[in-house]
This record gives sequence, structure tokens and C-alpha cells, in this order.
Amino acid sequence: MKTTRPPLSLATAAVVGVAFLLLPLAALLDRTPWHALPRLLTSTSALTALRLSIECSLGALALSLAVGVPLAWLLARVEFPGKSLLRAAVTLPLVLPPVVGGVALLLAFGRNGVVPLSLSFTTWGAILAEAFVALPFLVLAVEGALLAVDERYDDVAATLGSNTTRTFFRVTLPLVLPALAAGSALAWARALGEFGATITFAGNLPGSTQTLPLDVYLTLQDNPDAAIALSTLLLALSLMVLVAMRSRWRLTR
Amino acid sequence: MTFDADLRATAGTFAVAVTGRWQPGDVVAVVGPNGAGKSTFLRAIAGLTAATGTLRIGGVDVVDRPVARRGVGWVPQDGALFPHLSALDNVAFGLRGRRGRSAAQLWLDRLGIGDLAGRKPSQLSGGQAQKVALARALAREPSVLLLDEPLAALDVEARTDVRRSLRAHLAEFQGVTMLVTHDAVDVMTLASRVLALDGGAVVQDATVGEVTTAPRTPWLAALMGGNGFYARVNAGTLALDEGGILVAAEAPSSDGAEVLAVVPAHAVTLHRQRPEGSARNVWPATIRDLAVVGGRVRVTLDGTPAVLADVTTASAADLALAEGVGVWASVKATEVTVVVL
Amino acid sequence: MKRRAIAVALLLALGSAGCSGESKPRRTITVFAAASLTDAFTAEAAAYEKQSGVHVRFSFAGSQDLVAQLNQGAPADAVATADTATLGKLTVKLAGASATFARNRLVIVTAPGNPKHIETPADLTRRGIVVVLAEPSVPAGKYATQALQAADVTVHPRSLEDNVRGVLTKVELGEADAGIVYVTDAKAAGAKVGAVALPTSPIATYPAAALDASGQGFVDFLISVAGQRILAQHGFLPPQ
Repeated sequence: MKTTRPPLSLATAAVVGVAFLLLPLAALLDRTPWHALPRLLTSTSALTALRLSIECSLGALALSLAVGVPLAWLLARVEFPGKSLLRAAVTLPLVLPPVVGGVALLLAFGRNGVVPLSLSFTTWGAILAEAFVALPFLVLAVEGALLAVDERYDDVAATLGSNTTRTFFRVTLPLVLPALAAGSALAWARALGEFGATITFAGNLPGSTQTLPLDVYLTLQDNPDAAIALSTLLLALSLMVLVAMRSRWRLTR
Repeated sequence: MTFDADLRATAGTFAVAVTGRWQPGDVVAVVGPNGAGKSTFLRAIAGLTAATGTLRIGGVDVVDRPVARRGVGWVPQDGALFPHLSALDNVAFGLRGRRGRSAAQLWLDRLGIGDLAGRKPSQLSGGQAQKVALARALAREPSVLLLDEPLAALDVEARTDVRRSLRAHLAEFQGVTMLVTHDAVDVMTLASRVLALDGGAVVQDATVGEVTTAPRTPWLAALMGGNGFYARVNAGTLALDEGGILVAAEAPSSDGAEVLAVVPAHAVTLHRQRPEGSARNVWPATIRDLAVVGGRVRVTLDGTPAVLADVTTASAADLALAEGVGVWASVKATEVTVVVL
Repeated sequence: MKRRAIAVALLLALGSAGCSGESKPRRTITVFAAASLTDAFTAEAAAYEKQSGVHVRFSFAGSQDLVAQLNQGAPADAVATADTATLGKLTVKLAGASATFARNRLVIVTAPGNPKHIETPADLTRRGIVVVLAEPSVPAGKYATQALQAADVTVHPRSLEDNVRGVLTKVELGEADAGIVYVTDAKAAGAKVGAVALPTSPIATYPAAALDASGQGFVDFLISVAGQRILAQHGFLPPQ
């Protein structure tokens, strides 16, 4: 078997790319105060932020699943006018600057919002902000998988007496489960790391809305060591997601 | 339960209109060239394609009912077993509870694959999967069973095996079976009636015997292993549309009538020299193709008219038949059936 | 050949213009200033440019945020914070002595017309009143905590913003019923907020210092008669 040697220009660019991505992570790990890590990470504020982050990101994931899966089904299976507009709206949070998302949420669901749910400055507000940015990942992954599922299964299930809901839960959903899992992992990781929308819409209050990324940002101003420790923690959580996903990163067939 | 259909269905730009009545126990082979509307018709019965008209099962019109409430069993071309469920769970899908599961096991046993209950579809051979699909459809005891080319995706051995199972269970089945097929063997061994479609309309709805001896289109004649020629009656003979003349023992008297002249393949005899004798129909032809089918030789001939002949292997050897060879084809007038269209 | 020589000459000229360093005063300087100085310093910059021809670019943020950035190497010619303690955390060498150029007091801001009738610090603890403060590491937040402690009142804020202008915005938007900001902030917001006096407010002291010779001119201007007048117009107290 012949080994192909990559052209020099490509190889150089690739090496630069790898360095660009890995160097910051390596620097972070290098500067982490390993001996002080246990103390820094078990401080009350760190544990509170961690607990809150886990709660909010899981809540955001739950919300994304509840809303996102039906939305994906709608986009994949139903024809209706304005469908491309809906798809654009669903994809918007992917490209919108998160802070802009936070401002929009404020104007929509704040105390004087279009729908005055008064969710600003609440933990639910943080969950909503995180769900806002995480939802598109889930919808895109599930929609792609649904489009790939053979419609004949639905046909057969119908002839066997199964109504649409039962067919969805017993036939379609099990078949899209891998994509659903991949989309969920990405969505959760995104929710966990959300900053701009959270701080703008939900504000910053330890125990209620001060998630880990906010904690890192604020702690950096006083106590860089603690901030680095928290950053390493977030990095570890992100790596966990990567390891769990391994090669299953394809969101569409 | 009598099955009455008077359906009009549209699939895209293609329209299908079928009217017919069938009795419980009928196994109807639905045949026709590609694009004739066979699958659309079946899907319309199932409710998977929208249709207008009436669809009466046992006197009850189900045309407005959703798919799940029509009492129709459906086996698509490669079974479409749910890949994430075991064979047993597949069969039990339409049934309820523990009684459903034991009934499902019984069905698998009946089809001779009871020991495969725990296997997933990916672990089954093509033939085994089709049997599971059949069991799954039959388990709900439907009034109408729809089989869309159930043997097409199987290899020869599996096909024979599944056909045997199908024959046994269709014989027991109390409802009406609609079986789409391209295979004459299926028609001969499984079906009691034939519904021939072409261009979205019914061209013949008759018993297998009638379709064999008196098909109404050349395509149908060819399916049943014979020849069909469109022709006009002309002074006691049949002037074929594609050229040539055939003489039939019993020809209708009305000149200008449109008919189909049907000649079974085995009635065409081949000779090296122009034959003497009583055969009224003799013409020269060239061999285009030879195929050995089930111990006989099918010879496709070019000529006026082009014709399909079916001879014994012995004759073929005697005559030294080969592609490109020129021969004489002859048909007795008594072997020409005239079907008035 | 000639073209290349001209190109090289141009590059050298641009390069020398870029890395001028301390040798000669520049036409544009960068000043990091506490968020509460936004309106006053913008006015100061206009007057200073007219007088000296030097254009001032600002970065307004919470004092603690600015100092952290400077410590990590952000380039600036001068810095002005809302308290001396934060400036003390600066690890970068100053180019000149720091000077107090203004003082400030805190005030409670509400929606215009004070519809929820917040008169005293104790009213901030009423059920249903949404209060927003600045984070304790922000000078305004620190001062607010001191003021509330002196008033013997425990407030549970709904959010801790990372600069004092953020507090003001939340009250302006109606997301919060009340917040504690500087008197100058309330004045800058004008009719968009109502103001309630906070008698127990400590006096905030604003120091400024040059980090580079080019910045000294601006610091001197702040203390000059002209500079002081502008600060007074915006509601700041004199440095005394």
C-alpha cells in the first residue's frame, strides 16, 4: 500500500490549524494550579455555580427536547406554507451573537416584554436563555435523521392499527435515537457554556443565575487562579461530552 | 366478506380507476406493465393513497376510514420489518398484551420459523423476513390482504420456499388477497383470479384459466406464456396490426371488428423447410433468441408477425436451432383463439 | 527596482509612525475609565481635544474589569477608577502620581415618578420589589453594600451587574423596580428614572493616573479649572 505524502502547503496549514486549536488548551492545562485545584473547586461559590450550571443545562436540554423533537418532526414530515421561514428561525440562534439573543429575550419575556412572563433574573430565565442557543443543535440533528427514516415503516405501522402518536413513539423515535443522542449531547454542551444570553437576560446572582461561565468571567477580575481552575473544570466537562460521543458526530446521514 | 371496490386514486399526475367485486377466499393476481397503477391501487385499498369512490368490505364502506381502521393487511416488497424489534415483537406489533405475544408466537410456529422469534430482522435471511412480514400482516386477521410483489426480492430457492408457505396460508385465509406480481408462476400457483391493469385502467378481470386462453392484451398474453396480436377481421381472416395474416378456425363474421388473436407458445411449431400439410398459418422467421426454461426451449422469432415459440429440447436439438437461423413457423388454425375486444 | 525602493521607504515611514513610544506625544490616546464616568468624560474629551488637539478614545467598564485587563497587558495611556482600592490592585507601573479628581455619592433610582413609593432603604426590602445592584467587586457595589449596612438594611438583589451602568439600564428598562447607582448616573439618565436620596451613602473617591507620558496631559486637564467645571456640570463633587 502506497502512503501518500500530503503537499507541503496543506500540511503546513494543517499544522498551524492544530496549533491554533490546541495551544490555548495546552496553556490552560499548563497554568492550572493543580495543587490548589481541590480547594478552589470545592469552595462554596464554585460548587454553587457548578450545581446551578448542571441544573440549568439539563433543564435547558429537557426544554429543548420537549419543543425541539416535535419541531423537527414538523419540519421533516409536514408540508406547510412558510416552512422555510420556520427553518430559518430555528437556525437563527446558531448564527446570532448570544448577547443579541439575550437582549431579544429581555424584550420578549422580561417584565415589560411582549409576553410579560417576568422571567428575567430567574433561574428559569437562565434555562430559557440556554435553551434558546441549544435548541437548533437538537432540531437539526433530529430533523436530518427523520428525513432519512423510510416512510414505509410508518405505512406498515398504520396498517397494523397504530395511530400517529403510537407509531412515532414505538417506531420512528427508536430509529432516530442515535441522532437524538448526538444532538442532545451537543445541545447540552452548548447550554452549559452559554454566557452572553444568560448574563443579559437572567442577570448574575450566585445560586440563582450565576452559572459556571459567568463565574469564570467575574472571578477572573479578582482571582485569576480560581478562574483558571473553573475553566479547567469546564474543559473537563466538555471533554466528557467528546469522549461519550467519540465517532458519532455525524448529525445527518 | 365480499370485497367491492370502485376506486379512483391519483398519485402525482397519474390516475387509477378500478372497479371490481371479489369473494372471500379469492386470491387475485394484480398484473400489468410497469406504471400500470398496481401499487397505487393497493395503496388506495389500504388508505395510504387518497382515493374517492367506494370500498366495501362485508358491506361496510371504509373509503373514508383512516388506514389504521380498515382491517387491511399489508406486506410491502421487502417486508419492511421494524429493524429495532425482534421477529416476535414485529408480529406482535399489531396485537395487544400477553395474549398478543402468544398469538404472535403461534403464527411464527405456523410458518415454520417459531425458533427465530428472538432474532432481529438483520439476522434473518430474505425468505425468513418475508415469512415474518406475512405473519405480522395475518396476525391481525384482516379482511383484505395486500401483497406487493412479495417474492420479487428473493433468490430462487427462497422464492420457492416462501411461495410454498404462501400457497398454504392463502388457501386457509378467509379474506380476499390482492397479490401484485410480475411472475407467471405466482399467477399459476397462487392465484384464482387475475386483475390486469394498464395505464391506470382495468383491461381484464377474470379467472386464471380465462386469462390464459383468452387474454385481452398482448402483454397479458406474453405474461401467460403466449402470443397476442392486435388484428382486424378481414374477409374471414385476421389482418394483424403489425403485419401478416392469420387464419383462425372460428372467426367472427363481422368485418372490421377489432380482436386479439391469441396463439399459445407451444402451438407454434418450427421447421427447417417450408412444411407441407394442413396448417393454414405458415410464414418464415428468424431466430432472435433462445432460452431454456423449465426443461423446454423458448424461442423468440422475428418475422411477420414476430412470435414466441415453445418447443421441446429434443426438437430444438433436432432442428439445430441457433440465433440467426432462418426457420419456418407454423400454427394450426384451430390453435388460434379470437378474443373480441 | 525603483518601485521596490519606494515601497520599502513607505513601510519604514509607517513603521516608525506606529512604534513611536515615549519619544513624542501622539494625536490619539486611550483612556480606561469607570462606567460611571461615561457622560462626564465624553464631554471632557471634547474640551480636551479642542484645547490640545489630542483625540481621546475610551473604554468604559466596571473599574475592577478595567484593572484586570490592564494587568493582563491591555494597552492604555491613562486610567480613572471609582475607588482608590481598585486602582491599588494595578500591577502595571504608573507614569505619574495618581490624583483624586472627583467624588460622588450614591442614590436610589426607580421608575420615573417612583410608582412603587420607595422612600427609604428599608422600602427596598418590601415583598415584590425587584432590586438590582452592582457586583461587590465593582466599586459601586461595594459602596452600595456599605450604604445598606449603615442603614441597617438587608437587601436581596435579583442580580449583581458587573458595572454600575448595567444597574441603571435594568431600571430604565423596567426590569428592576430599584437600583443603587451614583448621583451622576441618575442625572445622566434624566427623566428616564426617578431618584431617591440615600443619606447613608459613603463618598466615592475617583483617582486618575497616567500609564504613559501621553496620558499625563489628560490627567492634568481633569484637575484643571476647565476640567473640574465639566465634572461639576455632570453632578460630581469636587475632590476637596
